[in-house]
Amino acid sequence: MSLKNYTLFLADTSLILGQRLGEWCGHGPVLEQDIALTNIALDYVGRARLLYQYVSELDANGKSEDNYAMMREEREFKNLLLVEHPNIDFGFTVARQFLIDAFFVPYLEELSKSKNERLSHIADKALKESQYHLRWSSEWMIRLGDGTEESHKRIQSAVNSLWEFSGELFSPVPYEKEMLLEGIAPDVENILTRWNQSVNSVFSEATIIKPKDSWFQKGGKEGVHTEHLGYILSDMQYLQRTYPGQDW
Amino acid sequence: MMDRELKNLEFQSRIDRDEKIEAKDWMPEEYRKTLIRQIGQHAHSEIVGMLPEGNWITRAPSLRRKAILLSKVQDEAGHGLYLYSAAETLGIERDTMIEELHSGKAKYSSIFNYPTISWADMGAIGWLVDGAAIVNQVALCRTSYGPYSRSMVKICKEESFHQRQGFEIMLQLCKGSSEQKAMAQDALNRWWWPSLMMFGPSDKDSPNTAQSMAWRVKRFTNDELRQKFVDMTVPQAEILGITIPDEKLKWNDEKGQYDFGEINWEEFYSVVKGNGPCNKQRIHARKKAHEEGQWVRDAALAHAEKRSKKIA
Repeated sequence: MSLKNYTLFLADTSLILGQRLGEWCGHGPVLEQDIALTNIALDYVGRARLLYQYVSELDANGKSEDNYAMMREEREFKNLLLVEHPNIDFGFTVARQFLIDAFFVPYLEELSKSKNERLSHIADKALKESQYHLRWSSEWMIRLGDGTEESHKRIQSAVNSLWEFSGELFSPVPYEKEMLLEGIAPDVENILTRWNQSVNSVFSEATIIKPKDSWFQKGGKEGVHTEHLGYILSDMQYLQRTYPGQDW
Repeated sequence: MMDRELKNLEFQSRIDRDEKIEAKDWMPEEYRKTLIRQIGQHAHSEIVGMLPEGNWITRAPSLRRKAILLSKVQDEAGHGLYLYSAAETLGIERDTMIEELHSGKAKYSSIFNYPTISWADMGAIGWLVDGAAIVNQVALCRTSYGPYSRSMVKICKEESFHQRQGFEIMLQLCKGSSEQKAMAQDALNRWWWPSLMMFGPSDKDSPNTAQSMAWRVKRFTNDELRQKFVDMTVPQAEILGITIPDEKLKWNDEKGQYDFGEINWEEFYSVVKGNGPCNKQRIHARKKAHEEGQWVRDAALAHAEKRSKKIA
């Protein structure tokens, strides 16, 4: 059960972030960045599919990847709160992406050494993508932070707003702790050190002030979400819910 | 004067020998203008065309469909990029072209002024709109201007994948429940005539065709291409088991092609002039993205300047 929940946490986080990034398609600030955002969205949707397929094998009940994506409810989704945050503007999107990329690069590196072969294999593939994402989001953090007065203000305020969602990355819930004990999930304590190094170095080059740690939101990993998730799901699941049981 | 005439003659004989004209070659001003207009219009169509399909990305019915649709719309952005670059070789900036799109001076394909109101529209657009685009673009692979022709070769390869995925969406719906099949039929009903209009006015009302044909910018007339599209598409509709909304559509044994009904040209010109269901929304969405991206582009520029000063 813990392995399934843990895999769902990874899958849901990927899907919801892919969904959010997909909202940009056709509306980016410049054609080249429209393409880049869609690329990242595609990587996350692809990752979600591989992970849901694994969940379905674990369940061995003949359900498809779409069953998990389209037919579960808010309380069953285990994604991080950070990824359901609305795009707001390009600055928020970049800041959200950077905080998550700086997490995923060391995290996937560790997960690729997992005792669970399937997850290790998926992590290996995803790691290459996340390394590219991190380069993209770091560069944009620096451009926006050290660009114009307006861009600096916007990216700093995005970081300030999103900061309270960063703590959840490093607060393991029971299924994660169990997976850690079994040598399947990485130890987030170690990830935190490397995450801080990336954040400090990029923030410093971007002249962004790191917010003080005070209080962190959490709950996503256990299915207690912000109000945003319900809207994401009602949009995403609309066709499958309206015409249940059909092939598309 | 003499010189100009000689140059024109020499230019036309190069065209007649089927040589490609390259960016740095001499060309008549009118040829340059025609190409800028046509390539710009084509680039804008790719970019505006992202909107009706982008409308369904968050609602795609399966993860596989979502991934395919994302990558398809992304391809269109890529096509826009190639085409803007091809136009830039003729001495116009991308920014100027974008301004002309936003001000309404430059046109884009009117098909994208129709709304996408059901999932089947994703199928119909791939199948019909990309199908029509391919007929147009395969002909353009041999167009006389080198950079345009080369970008068309690249684009055509991706378009045929787009058309297949659209047909596959339709096929899946037509094999599905009665509700799904009705969705597919409804989409065909709404997209058929606008797809035929994509080839432009009838030859007798297309004043630019003769010159464009002589310059081999165009290799076939609008009506020839439209006929090719109809002949190609009717058997596909038969495979799907849905009905093309044209009572006059009939195989003509003598001509070896289909006869079909008259296009509603009044609707065509009305949409071209701005009075289609989504003309205002499409331009509004493009302007909004551009204006809201201004601070991002400014920041990138400012940062690049700071960086180059530091290095210097």
